[in-house]
Amino acid sequence: MKHNILPDDDGGGRRIIGLSFGAFAIFFLLLSRLWYLQVVNADDLINQSENNRLRFVPVAAPRGAILDRNGKVLVSNTPSFSVAVIPQDVKDKEQLIDNLARYLNLDRNEIETKWNKGQGRAKYYPLVVASGITRDQMEFLEENRLSLSGVNIEMKPIRAYANGTLASHLLGYLGEVNEEELTSEKYQEYNAGDYIGKSGIERAWESYLHGTDGGRQIEVDARGRFLRTVAETGSSVGNTVVLTVDLNLQKAAEEAMGDMAGAVVAMDVNTGEILAFSSNPDYDPALFTGRMPPDVWKKYLEDERHPLENKALKGMYPPGSTFKIITAIAGLEEGLIDQNTTVECNGSYKFGNATFRCWEHKGHGTVNLKRSLRESCDVFYYKLAERLGVNRIAAYAKRFGLGTPMGIGLENEKGGIIPTDEWKLKRFGKKWFAGETLPVGIGQGYVLTTPIQLASMIATVANEGKIYRPQLVKRVVDADGKVLKEFSPQVAGTTGLKPETYRLVKDGLFAVVNEPRGTGGMARLWEVKVAGKTGSSQVVRDSKAGMAYKYRDHALFVAFAPYEKPEIAVAVVVEHGEHGGSAAAPVTGKVLRAYFEGKGVIKKPVPKVKPLQDGEAVAEPDGAEAAPAPVPPAPAGSDR
Amino acid sequence: MFDRRLFTNFDWTLLAVVLLITAFGVINIYSASSSYRDIGTPYYLKQLYWIFAGLTLCLTVCSLDYHMLEDFAYWLYGAVLVLLVLVLVAGKTTMGATRWINLGFFNMQPSEPMKIVIIMTFARFFSRYPIFKGLTLKDLVYPLLILGMPALLIMKQPDLGTAVLVTLIGGSMLLFVGVRWSALATLFAAAVPIVYGAWNFGLHDYQKKRIYNFLNPDLDPLGSGYHIIQSKIAVGSGATFGKGFMQGTQSQLRFLPEQHTDFAFSVFAEEWGFAGCLLMLTLYLFLVLWGLGIAKRCNDRFGSLLAVGVSAMLFWHIVINMGMVIGLLPVVGVPLPFFSYGGTSMVTSMVGVGILLNISMRRFMF
Repeated sequence: MKHNILPDDDGGGRRIIGLSFGAFAIFFLLLSRLWYLQVVNADDLINQSENNRLRFVPVAAPRGAILDRNGKVLVSNTPSFSVAVIPQDVKDKEQLIDNLARYLNLDRNEIETKWNKGQGRAKYYPLVVASGITRDQMEFLEENRLSLSGVNIEMKPIRAYANGTLASHLLGYLGEVNEEELTSEKYQEYNAGDYIGKSGIERAWESYLHGTDGGRQIEVDARGRFLRTVAETGSSVGNTVVLTVDLNLQKAAEEAMGDMAGAVVAMDVNTGEILAFSSNPDYDPALFTGRMPPDVWKKYLEDERHPLENKALKGMYPPGSTFKIITAIAGLEEGLIDQNTTVECNGSYKFGNATFRCWEHKGHGTVNLKRSLRESCDVFYYKLAERLGVNRIAAYAKRFGLGTPMGIGLENEKGGIIPTDEWKLKRFGKKWFAGETLPVGIGQGYVLTTPIQLASMIATVANEGKIYRPQLVKRVVDADGKVLKEFSPQVAGTTGLKPETYRLVKDGLFAVVNEPRGTGGMARLWEVKVAGKTGSSQVVRDSKAGMAYKYRDHALFVAFAPYEKPEIAVAVVVEHGEHGGSAAAPVTGKVLRAYFEGKGVIKKPVPKVKPLQDGEAVAEPDGAEAAPAPVPPAPAGSDR
Repeated sequence: MFDRRLFTNFDWTLLAVVLLITAFGVINIYSASSSYRDIGTPYYLKQLYWIFAGLTLCLTVCSLDYHMLEDFAYWLYGAVLVLLVLVLVAGKTTMGATRWINLGFFNMQPSEPMKIVIIMTFARFFSRYPIFKGLTLKDLVYPLLILGMPALLIMKQPDLGTAVLVTLIGGSMLLFVGVRWSALATLFAAAVPIVYGAWNFGLHDYQKKRIYNFLNPDLDPLGSGYHIIQSKIAVGSGATFGKGFMQGTQSQLRFLPEQHTDFAFSVFAEEWGFAGCLLMLTLYLFLVLWGLGIAKRCNDRFGSLLAVGVSAMLFWHIVINMGMVIGLLPVVGVPLPFFSYGGTSMVTSMVGVGILLNISMRRFMF
């Protein structure tokens, strides 16, 4: 049914007239207000628009600090002076750029590029054309203010790295937010020109570290000169991020690596907290915030040791003989070997028509499990791997978390590869050959792992089965000291192995470091019992001594200590370091020494202050340096 | 088969006025955004695309008989209401407000179609409701429920501007249908504790701040007071004949925030002065009165109610936006129909005009 009449009979027509009058009246009110503003009050408002201009000057918030586990400063802020130009107040752009380039001794084009980048922003909005100027330059500008109308000197906080290049890969660096980031949801509150964390902790914890920008409302006259501050909202400093890393241990790790390229990861065996996390060579993060000199940038890019790459996070290396731990565990768990199983090693193993060589060309003779680990006999593991098959080895490797990212909480963590026949079929479309299993047994072939995974693996062996998620941040604290977030250890999984398996493997690992012919003697400490495993992984087939740097083998070492009640696990990779025993084991030894010195378990050697006089008694210093080695470490080249 | 009368009865006047306003809008956006950074398609060009899309939709809407809307009204109401609930549960949060649902290819803001859907729903409801001497309090129970649910959901997002608009559109239609004085008085009496409660529990701090700042802009010249002060200076300094096209110092120097969207009219007022504003106000008044005229001439109650609703929607947008720009009303993000930059507003307004055209050209069909 349709009503062909307006509501309330004829009342609708009248109501429409009523509504029309109402609309007319309200429009008249709007018009009256416009009349008041634009005609009655016009002179006053024209005056305001001409003379009293309000401007908004943004004030950048200082970023939060990054501290080590003991509260020692790793990254904080320091004031920096920069030159900003307010385009609207500049009379002659070309001349001003000339002057600035001359006074600041900068490239003219560089200033012009920065100027052009700010085109399209409000003309009263300060545009930074040079940052990080010196006090002298600043004073010089102040003296020449008359010829520099429109130029302002701004103070803003920039990052200060308390220990220079230390832990640069872990901490990360800052950079200007780019166009792409600005359009993403994560950075929608940011403005062009803002600095954000580009890598490492700075990037992962950006939302906590970045404070809230403030600003000043200032009044300026018709020529843009400052008259007064109308209002101000303070900027608030970002939150402090407290890491699990120990500054002293980090230092020790980086010093121990010296000029060698590679990575060191030290982890608390019972919590998963990362105690040291270094990648060598490092870079200077301060250069990214300021003006990166082109020659330095070029040097970084061309360095064949790749200083910009975080090797602890993204470096994927064949684990070499450190992987024998996994093969041994698989053999024990599957009942294929026990502590009495022996294998004859005569220097090589013939499989089909291929010959797989042991690093010890003359052979190890009769080898049992302990000896196979201690002397890193390859033939023992070739034969074991053959019996296990690649899938069973992979299953045990995966139980230890190898082959997938550990979830350390930094961007782009790599997972590595643990091959299976299925994996090969998917990756290459080809089936697995039995002969390919043998190199897998000694951590070669397709196997790739990251230093974090190796540290986690040896920590899991040490604590007998708990896989902790590697933890980098202990807590986040706000400016008032209130704890915003606190992190506790997270068990990511358990291996579920027999205690006997751990006992036998650990026994072998102890022998590696502490028994004659053990390959890891150079990681030994006198005061604390260390257990570990050496590894060397081939970069090319048939590596020979004296090869070009990039073809030499990688050297690896994984260890934990104290043997009886493990606290710390360390994984060291020295790229192209050739032999785990001679290149990586000493680094591990130094890191462990620093750890136990920090705990007071090992006394630090007393430095000699004055030179010895004739006839004066010579005091024996403490520490391993002075102690005679009871067993000679295995000769170089024998540390597979 | 197409009825030739539809073409001969097409409301060219209405379309001409709308096109005139959109033309002024594009010119104004060109000026307002001329000082912006040159990245991607310029705003005025994007606005032209939106106008084209809006017109297409407008003509589509007017080509189908509006009586079809009567059948769909409740279904649409239910669907949009569900979307509004979905927004709160699984919406996309931007700048502290949750107003959008991610539909994969674009983000939809369900509060926008609700403006049109509430008009259709009320029109359908009252077109079949026997009323003799105005609505009593009892008669108001269902209408207030229909209106209250979406309004509260939109307020919760929070989107105060749209919530107020939906309420005002519904309210205007109720007044048109007729409410008894006794019921009106009771409602006002009940409104006092509701407003009190809303102020204390419903409004966010920043929304309260806007109202405080509206009452005294100098309280926070840096924050929300800033818009009001700068906008008043821009409008006032335009004086009688304005500073001229692209000559507005306040806008060209970008003292004004959001000058191409919600504050587009203050750019216009600065550059064209009181004379320009008078012309714009006349065009808008003509538009609203013409819409009401269509309601009056319409031969059926549903169409009449629809036309009143659409006119009310346009009217309140105009009044709230202009009132905000000239410092008569607090700053709530309400765009000026056909004039402010923005696709959503353009599409909704054009659909509204499509409905008006539809009713206008079918008034001879009975």
